[in-house]
Amino acid sequence: MTDAASTATASRLVVSDLSRRFGRTLALDGVSLTLGPGEILAVLGASGCGKSTLLRLIAGLDTPDAGTILVGDRRVAGGGRHEPPATRGVGLMFQDYALFPHLTVMANIRFGLAHLPADEARRVARERLDQVGLAHRAESYPDTLSGGEAQRVALARALAPRPRVLLLDEPFSNLDAGTREHVRADTLAVLRRDRIGAILVTHDATEAVAFADRIALMHRGRIVQCGSPEALYDAPRTPFAARALGEIIEIPGTAAGGRVTTPLGLLPRPDALPEGEVTVCLRPEAIRLGPAGDGVPAAVLGRAFAGPRLRLDLAVAGLAAPLRLHLPADAVPGDRVGLHLVPAQAHVFPPARESGDEASLN
Amino acid sequence: MAAARGLGWAGAAALAALLLSPVISLGLAAAGGGGELWPHLAAYVLPQAIRDTALLLAGVGLLVIGLGTGAAWLVAAFDFPGRRLLEAALLLPLAMPTYVVAYAYLDLMHPLGPLQAGLRGLLGLSSPRDLPLPDLRSLPGCILLLGFVLYPYVYLPTRALFVMQAGTLLEAARMLGAGPWRIFLRIALPLARPAVALGTGLALMEALNDVGAAEFLGVRTLTVQVYATWVNRSDLPGAAQIALVMLACVVALVGLERLARGGRGYAGNARRAAPSLRRRLSGWRGGAALALGAVPVALGFLLPAGYLAVEAWRRIGGSGVPDALGAQARNTILYASLATGVTVIVGLLVAAAPSLLGARAGRVLIRAAGLGYAMPGTVLAVGLLGPLALIDSGLFEAGFASLSVGLGTGAALVVAYALRFLTVTVGASEAGLARIPRAIPDAARMLGRGRFATLATVQLPLAWPAVLSGGLLAFVDIAKELPVTLLLRPLNVETLSTHLYGEAARGTYEDGAVAAVLIVLIGLVPVTLLLRLDRNALTRRG
Repeated sequence: MTDAASTATASRLVVSDLSRRFGRTLALDGVSLTLGPGEILAVLGASGCGKSTLLRLIAGLDTPDAGTILVGDRRVAGGGRHEPPATRGVGLMFQDYALFPHLTVMANIRFGLAHLPADEARRVARERLDQVGLAHRAESYPDTLSGGEAQRVALARALAPRPRVLLLDEPFSNLDAGTREHVRADTLAVLRRDRIGAILVTHDATEAVAFADRIALMHRGRIVQCGSPEALYDAPRTPFAARALGEIIEIPGTAAGGRVTTPLGLLPRPDALPEGEVTVCLRPEAIRLGPAGDGVPAAVLGRAFAGPRLRLDLAVAGLAAPLRLHLPADAVPGDRVGLHLVPAQAHVFPPARESGDEASLN
Repeated sequence: MAAARGLGWAGAAALAALLLSPVISLGLAAAGGGGELWPHLAAYVLPQAIRDTALLLAGVGLLVIGLGTGAAWLVAAFDFPGRRLLEAALLLPLAMPTYVVAYAYLDLMHPLGPLQAGLRGLLGLSSPRDLPLPDLRSLPGCILLLGFVLYPYVYLPTRALFVMQAGTLLEAARMLGAGPWRIFLRIALPLARPAVALGTGLALMEALNDVGAAEFLGVRTLTVQVYATWVNRSDLPGAAQIALVMLACVVALVGLERLARGGRGYAGNARRAAPSLRRRLSGWRGGAALALGAVPVALGFLLPAGYLAVEAWRRIGGSGVPDALGAQARNTILYASLATGVTVIVGLLVAAAPSLLGARAGRVLIRAAGLGYAMPGTVLAVGLLGPLALIDSGLFEAGFASLSVGLGTGAALVVAYALRFLTVTVGASEAGLARIPRAIPDAARMLGRGRFATLATVQLPLAWPAVLSGGLLAFVDIAKELPVTLLLRPLNVETLSTHLYGEAARGTYEDGAVAAVLIVLIGLVPVTLLLRLDRNALTRRG
């Protein structure tokens, strides 16, 4: 505990080959990831994908069946070792904050500072409380706090013992949309300023993109892709990964020679792609609308108002269902238009259905 | 931390051993008793005791099922003036220990007692011989008495099920044109089967446990025989052999209860709000319903309790509070308080065992904690004699003779009480701990507390009310307890219950009424708690 309190807050966290089985389900299947000093990583996945299990194993609230966890250069789990949560130097912020209802805000924050002399503990706690702007609530009880206040107290409580790594379990999901954005920004600012490495578990892609340096995409107990938000958006390795980070339009295609033929036009064939049927995932911005006669012909079937953009349903030869696009352009049913593909935003995948194929987040 | 865990394991192992020891020691004592007793028991004692016990249980079972489900249906399916009051009053007999009700009725129904005398006066007869009434001191009399005080065990879960669970289904049956009788027989009763089975099981355990009523009424059940064999004939192996037969009865009862539930759980506390299905009864029908429902309340509580109150009042008015009563009340409170303290602390630790020692070991320990309650008091007491003597001689060898837990020191009584009622405090603490979201203790662990420190600083302060209410229930159960107290109390120590037993066994009724009233008052505490809980649950339903 003392060395966790005295050394610098930033530290590496290395998770290798972590597995955890509950009865017959393999909740975690050989997960490896690294968190650099001061880095913020989001673990993105649907409920039941194993992301909370991963968090509990790192926290020390659960024991892995296989694999190791290193905090700094110290092994805290694996190889017969299981350090209790208290000595790992890892903090955890719970989804519903888990503030102790029988203790004041101040006593909640001091709870993790029992190893310090009383006045020192009071000083540190007050400092943390100031930092989240809640000094005036020190003597309140948790049930009188608003959602945003409770979240900030939970953050202050988790950070008070100066953990090397902070784990956040869907910490913004209980806040209403308006509060969420600025609580998220405040939390991020605190973490950045103190250079605290953090792992955020979430099922919300927007949140992961807004919060994290890197995103680890989880599905059925495995990490299917890990990288910067841009990398995941621009170069998804599977249709599942493509779907996870934003809107996707899926169309069929055929790979032959150096090209992939789709109802919306031709794309270059990636090197590793075998010939035959393929799945093409398009970001909405991969489709450009032009005048009739320019590009692949399409007919406007429907038109609906959708905020700053219009929603158009387009009939295209070779597609079973109409193409639904959100576009700034205007057109009315009956119009004829031409479509162009932007190859950089089109992702071609082999038809072999890998595990995450049918699933999507949310 | 590791040391605390080691200590936890050692404590758990010791407790499990203590909980199992009565069964093992009974087996050993019965086997070691030599052959000369067994033929006598097998020929003269057991056949009759088993027959009477079986008849008693069968009769009480039928009576509590009839009274319990009937009363539950009456207040759940009909609305009439006074229904809410009746709903609560039907629980009152729970406050009546079986030996108290038997004590009261024996006096009340005595040929020279007020009831028969009044009846003769009414008919203009002068001698008891002119009005031969069936004697209460018989098997049927015992069945009637036990049935009228034990039916609330069936009434309580069955009514909860009728009110909370079955509402929509009963409504649907009514929409399909079924009348109240058909709904009761075809829908409500089959639906209520798990609740009825559960309640009947509990009532029969109480009947099997009873030593006072059966003995006063001259019914030689197994329990009475265990007590008589040991106390009157000083024959421990013989008592152990009968106790083993009783254990077999308990196992059979549990099996029957499972069977009757048909593998279904009892889900009486489901939170589904049900529409009210009560049919309004007005005029003479409403009055008749109220009168009908009031019969079990009157026979199971009002009449005996009222009689005891009058007798106690007369006794105090005549010669003041009996001298010995103060000492008896003090003893009762002393032993019950000591045992409650032990039971609450051990119960809390057992309830927390899944998080302290791991889920599997914790579950096993919680199961084991129910053993003491499953054993009738006489069985537990006889079974504990061997283990306690063993611990005593161990302490003596080790030079701690003064720490004796042996018979006659009161420590044995406290241990036996704690084992018997451990499941009460375990259950309450478990419920209290389960209401705390898992993240709360996890958060304390993340902030540097060990498992025991988390229990002490976070879980206990939050579960405190539930733990306390468990302690209150245990205290009441212990204060009313008779068979264990009779067998294990130190020499010359009388509690309220043993005093009452002595009075009734001798056929003297001078001071008993005051003690009986005190016991009933103690027994009313959990009933009022139950009523408050019930009221909350029912009013929240709207």
